[in-house]
Amino acid sequence: MPIVEITVNGERRHASVEARKTLTDFLREDCALTGTHLGCEHGVCGACTVLLDGDAVRSCLLFAIQAHGAEVTTVEGIGGTNGALSPVQEAFRTDHGLQCGFCTPGFVVSVTALLRENPAPTDLEIEEALSGNLCRCTGYQGIVRAVQRAAGR
Amino acid sequence: MKTSAGRFVGQSVLRREDPRLLTGRGRYVDDVMVPGMLHCNFVRSDVARGRITRLDVSAARALDGVVAVLTAADLNAHAGSMQPTMLLKIAGAPLRPLAEDDVRFVGDPIALVVAESRYVAEDAADLVEVDIEPDAPVLDVERALDDGAPRVHPELASNLAAEMAFPIAPELDALLRSEGAAHVVTRRFVQHRQTNVPMETRGIVVEYEPAGGVLRAHLSTQNPHEAKLAISRVTGVPAHLVRVSAPDVGGGFGQKFFTQRDELVVALAARRLGRTLKWIEDRRENLIASNHARADLGDCTFALDHDGRLLGTYIDHVEDAGAYPVGATGGAGQLVAMLFTGPYKAPMAACRTRSVWTNTCGRGAYRGPWMFETVAREQMVDEVARAIGIDPLEWRRRNVVPTDQLPYTLPTGLTLEYASPAETLEQAAQMIAYDDFRREQQRALTDNGRLLGIGIGLYVEPSTGMMDPMGTETAVVRVHPGGSVTVALGTGSHGQGIETTMAQVVAEELGIDIDDVAVVQGDTNATAFGRGTGGSGTAVIAGNSCRLACAEVRAKAIDIAAHLMEAAPGDLELGDGSISVKGTPNRKVAFAEVARIAHLDTARLPEGMGIGLEATATFKAPPFSWSNACHACTVEVDRGTGVVHILRYVVSEDCGVMINPMIVEGQIAGGVAQGIGGTLYEHVVYDDDGNPLTGTFMDYLLPTASEVPDIEYGHVETPSATPGGHKGMGEGGAIGSPPAVFNAVADALALVGARVDHTPLSPDTILTALTESNMRG
Repeated sequence: MPIVEITVNGERRHASVEARKTLTDFLREDCALTGTHLGCEHGVCGACTVLLDGDAVRSCLLFAIQAHGAEVTTVEGIGGTNGALSPVQEAFRTDHGLQCGFCTPGFVVSVTALLRENPAPTDLEIEEALSGNLCRCTGYQGIVRAVQRAAGR
Repeated sequence: MKTSAGRFVGQSVLRREDPRLLTGRGRYVDDVMVPGMLHCNFVRSDVARGRITRLDVSAARALDGVVAVLTAADLNAHAGSMQPTMLLKIAGAPLRPLAEDDVRFVGDPIALVVAESRYVAEDAADLVEVDIEPDAPVLDVERALDDGAPRVHPELASNLAAEMAFPIAPELDALLRSEGAAHVVTRRFVQHRQTNVPMETRGIVVEYEPAGGVLRAHLSTQNPHEAKLAISRVTGVPAHLVRVSAPDVGGGFGQKFFTQRDELVVALAARRLGRTLKWIEDRRENLIASNHARADLGDCTFALDHDGRLLGTYIDHVEDAGAYPVGATGGAGQLVAMLFTGPYKAPMAACRTRSVWTNTCGRGAYRGPWMFETVAREQMVDEVARAIGIDPLEWRRRNVVPTDQLPYTLPTGLTLEYASPAETLEQAAQMIAYDDFRREQQRALTDNGRLLGIGIGLYVEPSTGMMDPMGTETAVVRVHPGGSVTVALGTGSHGQGIETTMAQVVAEELGIDIDDVAVVQGDTNATAFGRGTGGSGTAVIAGNSCRLACAEVRAKAIDIAAHLMEAAPGDLELGDGSISVKGTPNRKVAFAEVARIAHLDTARLPEGMGIGLEATATFKAPPFSWSNACHACTVEVDRGTGVVHILRYVVSEDCGVMINPMIVEGQIAGGVAQGIGGTLYEHVVYDDDGNPLTGTFMDYLLPTASEVPDIEYGHVETPSATPGGHKGMGEGGAIGSPPAVFNAVADALALVGARVDHTPLSPDTILTALTESNMRG
């Protein structure tokens, strides 16, 4: 089996994995980082979103081997150590941007990437950026507000 | 608006669940990893109705890494009843663990593969050889009841799963035949098939320890105690040796209230194999084989006087139960029938409701399972108003039960009380600026030919606890020697924030800081038997059980303090973490000190008093706690594309005393988004052979942030008669929104004489309606 080496949340990880193993399963099983969730396994719901060399990607649509040599950031790497929340995470809490929390890691990662690229998005840009992630609990009300808050509005 | 905010109850306290969920430290069932755990995958029927002529699992069993491939021959004879506990006496579908001899819907499980990894389990599933001789499936609920129709369940006499009727009295019969009524209007409404779609699919991890005979299940469930009973029944492991833990649960909306067949099969397999098994449903399975919902049709008749006042109503309702509904017939037709007249004065009503088996995925509970009564009634109201030439808001004003006439007995015998439908109607009309919109609508049509519409959905939500154990919850409030408190509840939080809201209640009742209260739930070994989380019940039922237990703790704490301070208990009060003499706040003893003495300095307790400071209390809710709401929205229908844009959306609601307004509004928003999705986009589709065509999120379209508008809220507070004054509201958002959206679209289409009578209101449905009205000229 091929050996993959991926820097995950700043730590170098390597494992021998089946070529068909997805990046999500590598993160969840080989790295024991279970914050990255599988909601559809066909690239629509966005719950599995991680940063791959800074870009938001769907880890269910990538094989672990495709991330060989790359830097991956999962939801566990977004906040500070000792449980400190990032501004995006803090805004989600303040604005009730989550209920069951299952889709939440994907939203947190997607929004983190959005605000890095576009620190002052318009409402339309926010809607468009969020439309790649599905949430079934919140009706997106608190999520949209949280993005506005995290963007300083 | 009256508010009754306390220190914690009534405050939008931020959720304590959030930090762990936001940082990826939540623990959902798929995050549970146990040494020696094996992985499961189902082999399912790809035929809707047919006979299994060959089943060969030898190649699958021979694959490296496969531990077992189980079929009906291995499991079915060993299973106890798979029906939910509260429905054991109701004749339901002849449910069996795995399909045996024949299959009855696409998705019917035929075999369970157990392997060292999910990847291998899926490889092995491909090696299972199944031949099925297909028969014509039963797909249409009306044709299913024809004489000689093929039967979904050959063991049963017909495809009629259940039937109930309130017969038509002679006086009503005359009215419905226009004798004595100025107007009689009859319409049919069809609500299409949808499904719950929690973002976390179903899943279970079962550890069975053969030496001790102990079974532990980690389960994505709304109802851990029901799961424990069901797993015990199916596997034969005695209930006291079964422990069910619900970790964080990623949504359910009813799907995870009763433990479904697939999870029970995995538990049975673990018991038979003596191994630890994990099964995580994939999204295709969730969309085609968990449970479906809605799928109703109703023939409705209103008889009215000259002014449009209701004289009598009739509804003939048919619901599609599918093949193996979750929970007996899976339907809620009785509530559809009993609640059809809803918040309106109706002297007479009659109804019939039937539930029908078909060769499709079983029906199950989905946020307001009976909500077709609101869909049919509210859509009917607008049709009737148009037919007799009055505005639908005016029709509602004339017919809604005024608050000063409450309690009001519905024609079906239920008593509506502690509610405010008339106030929420007016508040919603004001918030959406109804009259201004009517003028804008005319201008837009006249000036630009644009089609704008406005729609209302008014309802009362029963949040019923009629059937044991739905109305009962037990709280154990335990004060630790240091004065902090743990409250244990039989609930199964799956997004409602119960760890926060119940801590608010307990902190309020004990006068201590909320950070000193922890809520334990979702574990049958740590909590007393309870009803789980569903049916909009937590605030009323769990909330009041907490209150009752806290009252006992408070009384004992005051007795201890009175003894210590040599004061009369009646002169003492509890608050701010201490017990003090009323009017002399300096004379006090800390609650923590009382707790310490109760456990660790017991010689100082009053003579004869028991050691410790804790209480267990059970609350039994009244059969109905009526909340109510009025939804109103405005839309624009694009005449060229048939696309609906929602312009504004308002909800005026009355759930009595709110524990946490932020969470109340969050529950409403989630329900509204589901109602918008259900009315405009989401549609479970079968082809003529009974093949599901919507097995991915590319086909089953959930609303995204782009489709859900900003929701505006208004609150009216009419406390219930229960101690906390709360009323259940978790389902309501999904009840009021479908007819509000439908009526707004229908209102826009009516401007050009176009009409719709079924959902979803997809662009092609709307373009067809517009084309037909053009052709009619």
